[in-house]
Amino acid sequence: MHATSALAEADRLMTVCNSCRYCEGICAVFPAMEMRRAFSDGDLNYLANLCHGCSACYYDCQFSPPHEFNVNVPATMAKVRAESYEAYAWPQFLAPTFRRNGLVISIATCLSVFAFIVGFVALRDPSVLFGVHVGPGAFYKLMPHNAMAVLFGAAFLYAMIAIAMGIRNFWRDIGEPASTLTKPTSLWQAIKDASSLRYLDGGGVGCMNDEDKPTDTRRFYHHLTFYGFLLCFAATTTATGYHYLLGLEAPYPWYDLPVLLGTLGGLGLVIGPIGLLRAKYQRDSELVEARSYGMDVGFLVMLLLTSITGLLLLVLRATPAMGMLLALHIGIVFALFITMPYGKFVHGFYRFLALVRYAKERGDAH
Amino acid sequence: MKNGEIIGQTAHQVTEAVGQRHDVLVIGGGNAALCAAISARRAGASVLVLEAAPRFYRGGNTRHTRNMRCAHDSATETLSGPYTEDEFWEDLKRVTQGHTDEELARHMIAQSKEMLTWIVDQGVRFQPSLGGTLSLGRTNSFFLGGGRAMLNALYATAEQLGVEIRYDAEVVGLEIEDGMFLSATVKEQTGTSQVRAGALVTASGGFEANIDWLKQGWGEIAGNFLIRGTPYNRGTILRILIDNDIQQIGDVTQCHAVAIDARAPKFDGGIITRLDCVIYGIVVNKNCERFYDEGEDIWPKRYAIWGRLVAAQPDQIAYIIFDARSLELFMPSLFPPIKGDSIAELAGQLGLDPDKLTDTVATFNNAVQPGTFDPDNYDDCTTAGLTPPKTHWARKIEQGPFYAYPVRPGITFTYLGVKVNKEARMIMSDGKPTANMFAAGEIMAGNVLGQGYAAGIGMTIGSVFGRAAGQGAAKYARN
Repeated sequence: MHATSALAEADRLMTVCNSCRYCEGICAVFPAMEMRRAFSDGDLNYLANLCHGCSACYYDCQFSPPHEFNVNVPATMAKVRAESYEAYAWPQFLAPTFRRNGLVISIATCLSVFAFIVGFVALRDPSVLFGVHVGPGAFYKLMPHNAMAVLFGAAFLYAMIAIAMGIRNFWRDIGEPASTLTKPTSLWQAIKDASSLRYLDGGGVGCMNDEDKPTDTRRFYHHLTFYGFLLCFAATTTATGYHYLLGLEAPYPWYDLPVLLGTLGGLGLVIGPIGLLRAKYQRDSELVEARSYGMDVGFLVMLLLTSITGLLLLVLRATPAMGMLLALHIGIVFALFITMPYGKFVHGFYRFLALVRYAKERGDAH
Repeated sequence: MKNGEIIGQTAHQVTEAVGQRHDVLVIGGGNAALCAAISARRAGASVLVLEAAPRFYRGGNTRHTRNMRCAHDSATETLSGPYTEDEFWEDLKRVTQGHTDEELARHMIAQSKEMLTWIVDQGVRFQPSLGGTLSLGRTNSFFLGGGRAMLNALYATAEQLGVEIRYDAEVVGLEIEDGMFLSATVKEQTGTSQVRAGALVTASGGFEANIDWLKQGWGEIAGNFLIRGTPYNRGTILRILIDNDIQQIGDVTQCHAVAIDARAPKFDGGIITRLDCVIYGIVVNKNCERFYDEGEDIWPKRYAIWGRLVAAQPDQIAYIIFDARSLELFMPSLFPPIKGDSIAELAGQLGLDPDKLTDTVATFNNAVQPGTFDPDNYDDCTTAGLTPPKTHWARKIEQGPFYAYPVRPGITFTYLGVKVNKEARMIMSDGKPTANMFAAGEIMAGNVLGQGYAAGIGMTIGSVFGRAAGQGAAKYARN
């Protein structure tokens, strides 16, 4: 009846939960569940991606293990979610990269960093790599700006296309018409819910990670990570504008906008992932979804490496270490880009879209 | 880290507690027990809570609750309108058919008003009524996340205040002298020990999980009852109290009993095994005979009579039969209905006589009068010339596939208990109040509920008398 055993288990749980409904006030999953009586694979994939894994429902449930009904919604939804990422992957032959995500990311990163080092050495004089370069255009002594822009532009474009195709697969699977995406009220509601992580909050009490008290801090660290990422992205975009529109070449002084944005974002992207990694490490073993553990950790480590190497580059850019650090930093960023459609990064898109659908369903119900 | 701290702290407290005398001993771990423990601690007493269940199962039947009924004079953020003390009293009088202690009940109702804020101050969060429970939106405050969430909040508050809590700690004996509690015998994995305290609060629930005790009132048929809640409510403390000359109230057969899915586990199936479809079909016993008007009243008002009705049938089993048109009119439940393309096929699946069931359904169908079906309100769909009649929602069972749920009596809680006064102080059989013994929750619910039930009153009894018991016990012990 269901494509996988995880989906069958999710169906069983939603039947249990729909008969109980005590968790209705905790998040969006349970009200969305109540709008249905039977659960297709598409419904379950929608609910699984709507679930933020806050886990309040697990500790609030009178039927969670060791009770014989064995109700563990967060772990089951995490499993369904992980499988759904794979099912939506584009192109499909790359779907298995989700399963060995840690390995794939490590290899991609090593190769990418290696290629940049070799590239710097092969295309330029080896001495350039360890030389001291200061002033405008210092970075481009190692790699011309246009080459950098083309390479990263292409990687980014590929990632966006692959993610867009995945989104299309998701939207079709849950059976939602394209027109939902054009409803401004639903979109605005989803933007508010996603940007505040409204449903990573146990219904206002706080969520839970390793015990039955709402002491979890994931929401805070996720904010640092997410907004840190956005600031870094804004830094890069601003710098690109400086380069092409104003003709100003990097590196920029510390007080200039790209550096300020990047530094602030970088700090968020150091503290945030560390906090999330710590929460992951402390998480109640009953709630851990073993299969996606490597993927989650891999993504967080990549973000952390990106920010650490970026900040080091800022501090040491006037020293002979700059060349190697640049290779390391842009090698990591490149690997991050190309693995984006096949790792934890996609969760944000599917969850946001699930929130858009939920906002629409809520609107229709009222 | 947090876990480590708490475990470390508890272990430390336990070693300290050996041989130590507490001001107040609370037996039990549900809503009433925690309200007592918290209020006693807030009044300055040192408090020990002994919960017989392991940590996961802590809290007795509170784990399965979802709301409490409190009087309030105006709408709140989560309550849709006022519910005055008088209206609450009228509701209580009606459901118990007068089998209540008016003075005590009115006192509880007056106190219930304060509980709405008091319980929130102890960390419990409310939310508007749940989907499918609109009829309770004005009167009942729902716990955000349900009863276990409420318990988690109360336990966290109690721990924070320094209440000592021991799990897997079953009290098997009480030393009582002339209405004065002296000490308790506690059985734990580590062995049996004595605990002394200045005052005692028993909030250890009813005895519904003690099938042998149920049999004393119901006879052997109690063996076929399912227990909807905790398997730990065996009535050990209640028995000891009664044997020690505390006045008993209520009789052994009084309890909250509903018809739940017969496939539910023997214990702890909770709310998800309930079935709300009786009014949309017919109910037959194992001989394929109808035995009561399924459409007598709107479901929430008649929900709690069906346990007794089914208990009176042979083998304590019955079957709700309905057709495809009614399948989605009621709240879903845990087990899917049993399905058949014809009534005869359905009977075969249920192990009933196909001819007899076909005949019963045909007789019912022939008696159905024309009317306008309205699933949510009293309608004019009735039967004529049928015994027993079906007075509302009588529609022919004719559109396949046909469905059935097997049902058995499911006991929620019991009413036989100990007599208390307004302070929750236990009363001796000679009518004199005890010196330092208090009771709260299901163990004394029968003082207010002689019979019948209205949603959320159990939690009101637990909170109001729990808080009073804790205050009274603390006051006594500290004097």
